[in-house]
Amino acid sequence: MSQTDVRMDGSAETRADREATPGSAGRRRERLVTQRAQTDSYYGRPVLNEPTWKDHDIAAYLFLGGLAGASSTLAAAAELTGRPNLARASKVGALGALGGSLYCLIHDLGRPERFLNMLRVFKVTSPMSVGTWILTAYGPQAGAAAATDVSGLFPGLGRAATVGAGLAGTALATYTAALITDTAVPVWHEAYREMPFLFAGSAAASAGGLGMLAAPLAEAAPARRAALLGTAVECVAATRMERRLGPVGEPLRRSRLLRLGEALSLAGALAGVTIGRRSRVAAMAAGAALLAGSACTRFGIFHAGMESADDPKYTVQPQRRRLAKARAERELA
Amino acid sequence: MAFDLDEQLNGSRVGFFTDTSICIGCKACEVACKEWNQVPEDGLDFTGMSYDNTVGLSADTWRHVAFVEQRTPMGRQEPGVGDMDFRWLMSSDVCKHCTQAACLDVCPTGSLFRTEYGTVVVQEDICNGCGYCVPACPFGVIGKRETTGVAAKCTMCYDRLPAGEEPACAKTCPTDSIQFGDLDELRERADRRLRQVQEAGMTSARLYGRDPDDGVGGMGAFFLLLDEPEVYGLPPDPVVTTRDLPSMWRHVGVAAAGLLAGIAATAWRRR
Repeated sequence: MSQTDVRMDGSAETRADREATPGSAGRRRERLVTQRAQTDSYYGRPVLNEPTWKDHDIAAYLFLGGLAGASSTLAAAAELTGRPNLARASKVGALGALGGSLYCLIHDLGRPERFLNMLRVFKVTSPMSVGTWILTAYGPQAGAAAATDVSGLFPGLGRAATVGAGLAGTALATYTAALITDTAVPVWHEAYREMPFLFAGSAAASAGGLGMLAAPLAEAAPARRAALLGTAVECVAATRMERRLGPVGEPLRRSRLLRLGEALSLAGALAGVTIGRRSRVAAMAAGAALLAGSACTRFGIFHAGMESADDPKYTVQPQRRRLAKARAERELA
Repeated sequence: MAFDLDEQLNGSRVGFFTDTSICIGCKACEVACKEWNQVPEDGLDFTGMSYDNTVGLSADTWRHVAFVEQRTPMGRQEPGVGDMDFRWLMSSDVCKHCTQAACLDVCPTGSLFRTEYGTVVVQEDICNGCGYCVPACPFGVIGKRETTGVAAKCTMCYDRLPAGEEPACAKTCPTDSIQFGDLDELRERADRRLRQVQEAGMTSARLYGRDPDDGVGGMGAFFLLLDEPEVYGLPPDPVVTTRDLPSMWRHVGVAAAGLLAGIAATAWRRR
């Protein structure tokens, strides 16, 4: 049996390797200054592994999924209140956005040909699994709603599919908040209270924008109001999020994409309810601004999260503060 | 807790105890792991980070030896480098095989599963490379392999355990810094070892991941560290992200209902 005794303090006792005591060899000379190591990371390397998600897939999906879901809800509301043109525009837009969503989701997989493996299980602990089943419920209904509307066939089935897609659409537009917040990425995770509202608002704003872009002025009133309401909710949620997160919210507050998204959404929503009520061209421009604003917001949230995962201080410092707080509370008790 | 893993496995849960105080930084664990598990080469670079050229855990690095150089005394030891205090910390990092494993929770295909040994393993023929496990892991362990497109990480040598063999890294470790065994026994051994190291003058020594009440329910692979966890690139207080998921779903539900109500309200008026 090999034994390495690293002790040099004259102990007669022979120890097994794993009993070797560190820092006991020799006798340290006294020094006046002992430098305390001030490190809070390992060579500045991130604690987390960088998410493999690509922005042109996953951030785009956050936008397209929200657009599809909220457009279906708007389509159902328009159809039930006798606005057939707004309903048709929203249904067709929703189907297009759904197609884009599916492309992005499958394209981002490491093994796209295995995308059906998502249907092996249903796990409520995995927002991605829940989202897969939401898409499975929503997709055929959104498709049927658009196809029956455009073709004029099976109006009864079309009405049922429109309402079904409108209900499932609210889940599609909001579950993506759980999708990104259920990670260890500091900005995303810590923002889980506001994120669903931010996403719901952004989705409603983009659906309103699409309605203003594609539906005649006479029927677009719900789209204009949805855009205004959605933008207001989005801005309030974003402001609350940035304030509540404190130091962790730094990448959000620094994000130019988020500022641009807010500016475009606000401009589009306000233009929509003012000049957008009279001028078709103004309504279309406002709608385009709203769509661009929603996309900027989603890309901004995505990149702020990536930035926070890439810097160890956003992972380490909040955890240290949490430990210090728990220690202080224990000492008080 | 509704489900107690240690209780369910009835003492058959295995684990690693990595005692970094006797790690000599030989990297034999990295090599043995690569060899046994046929983990592909992932770059031969000089990083300038002391002797560490593997940088961190990833799809293609399942054991990673960290090297930390500090101008701090090592217990009562004389470093022998002039007037400078100096110590060199080395630590072999690995997947923690958490009791509450976020990667396992969020996996949408069921590719990641809990084995009969209490470890967490990827089934590479099921994984479709969605990448959700990567940002879910609070330690930055699991990654997506470029060449195959699927997730990969330490399996605690799932294929060696049925033959009664210990994992390759533990088998090869020349100082027994990496110890494999029943988790309960390792925890007792670690407690004894911590007392011994502290009595030898290393007052900064602490166990990391031994406590079943921590944010991940205790780790199947835990450590004796000589400094703060973040010095080694480990999170000081990791929490499984799904702990907040019930609250997340409640917020999503309220937001979805609000979206429905809001859009219904916008269409209510005729004009």
